[in-house]
Amino acid sequence: MTTTVIISIFLAIFATSLQNARGATMEPCLESMKTASLPDLPYAYDALEPAISEEIMRLHHQKHHQTYVTQYNKALNSLRSAMADGDHSSVVKLQSLIKFNGGGHVNHAIFWKNLAPVHEGGGKPPHDPLSSAIDAHFASLEGLIQKMNAEGAAVQGSGWVWFGLDRELKRLVVETTANQDPLVTKGSHLVPLIGIDVWEHAYYPQYKNARAEYLKNIWTVINWKYASDVFEKHTRDLDIN
Amino acid sequence: MYDATRLPKSRAIHKSQNTDSTGVCSPHLSLKLELQFKRMAASSAVTANYVLKPPPYALDALEPHMSKQTLEFHWGKHHRAYVENLKKQVLGTELEGKPLEHIIHSTYNNGELLPAFNNAAQAWNHEFFWESMKPGGGGKPSGELLALLERDFTSYEKFYEEFNAAAATQFGAGWAWLAYANDKLKVVKTPNAVNPLVLGSFPLLTIDVWEHAYYLDFQNRRPDYIKTFMTNLVSWEAVSARLEAAKAASSSSS
Repeated sequence: MTTTVIISIFLAIFATSLQNARGATMEPCLESMKTASLPDLPYAYDALEPAISEEIMRLHHQKHHQTYVTQYNKALNSLRSAMADGDHSSVVKLQSLIKFNGGGHVNHAIFWKNLAPVHEGGGKPPHDPLSSAIDAHFASLEGLIQKMNAEGAAVQGSGWVWFGLDRELKRLVVETTANQDPLVTKGSHLVPLIGIDVWEHAYYPQYKNARAEYLKNIWTVINWKYASDVFEKHTRDLDIN
Repeated sequence: MYDATRLPKSRAIHKSQNTDSTGVCSPHLSLKLELQFKRMAASSAVTANYVLKPPPYALDALEPHMSKQTLEFHWGKHHRAYVENLKKQVLGTELEGKPLEHIIHSTYNNGELLPAFNNAAQAWNHEFFWESMKPGGGGKPSGELLALLERDFTSYEKFYEEFNAAAATQFGAGWAWLAYANDKLKVVKTPNAVNPLVLGSFPLLTIDVWEHAYYLDFQNRRPDYIKTFMTNLVSWEAVSARLEAAKAASSSSS
């Protein structure tokens, strides 16, 4: 009995030390690097129905966004090695993978926060100061929505339509980006307030080719509170009207 | 592998800058280049002049590899919209009535895309795509085509690997192609509506990797779609016929 106990303790210590050793030698690069991880959705998968189906939310979050995260981390790891080796060709070559997958992660992380279930304020119009700023730049909220929808429908291939704040010019803008380019690729002074994914994966199972209808319906679950918070945070020190 | 993923810029102007007032293809385009382009398009045997041609098989004939539902939407909605919208777009402009290949070439405008390019090229690309597939297709080619693939890629497996990689790594929307130029076969990937015609080579085979092409059947699993296409759908007969036409067109140009 005593022998068994001693052997068990010994095995436990041995197993723990193996685990520690593995931990220390496994992926030393990644340990000191802050990699990306898939953020949780702030609501249930079916919470945005009927505007966006549960099927789409599951695929979009668990498959598409997860893939961007995985591939981005893989690219970062490769970048780390290339940098350590002084392999400058590879460092440059990796940039497009990082931009695509990293952009995919950044954009989708914002997107989930741009949406909210109706019972949590999704679709509820913004209040001041954002509301007045919208009226000043687009005549009305409807004007902004119309412009977003027109630009979103016109994106050829894959991309995003953005409602953003131009910190430098102190105004609100509507912009589009291709593929997974974040809004900042259109100007380093641009802050995304609302982004709408117009890749086909964002709407196809439910809307098929009817992108315009998806754009029309998504406004019922847009989280204006998030947009207002970001707007207020960035305009506190600016003199915007 | 030729990587044509740089996205050309679009310009919001309405008049094609490559045709003069009589509607003839621009005098700036050398006669030799224009003839070569016409031969390229002819060799690909697509005669889509603003017509929504049905695929050379029933919409359910590619099941279970590509569903009837996919064909109903992809051909019946997407392809149809490109054709209908192209007609509306060229109405009343100097492009109206011009052959599709002419419109594609002039609106490509050396990468500074003009408005009608997307609809025109996509109308062409989709007809070419339906004809790149057949029921009971897929597998390995034979004869001269196989010999050339082995010559230019060292083996069919290497070609498969390269074609698969091109299709899988085209960011966002686009196409992967087997193309022929300067007596050589090569794999090309293109974004959105761009095709090898505007890049100076003869298209022989294509796979559509816009999400609408595979989402209903495969959702996010593009690699599975590509594998299914190569294993069960490719019409090597069509590819061989196009290769013959491309070689004939090449040898007759000087």
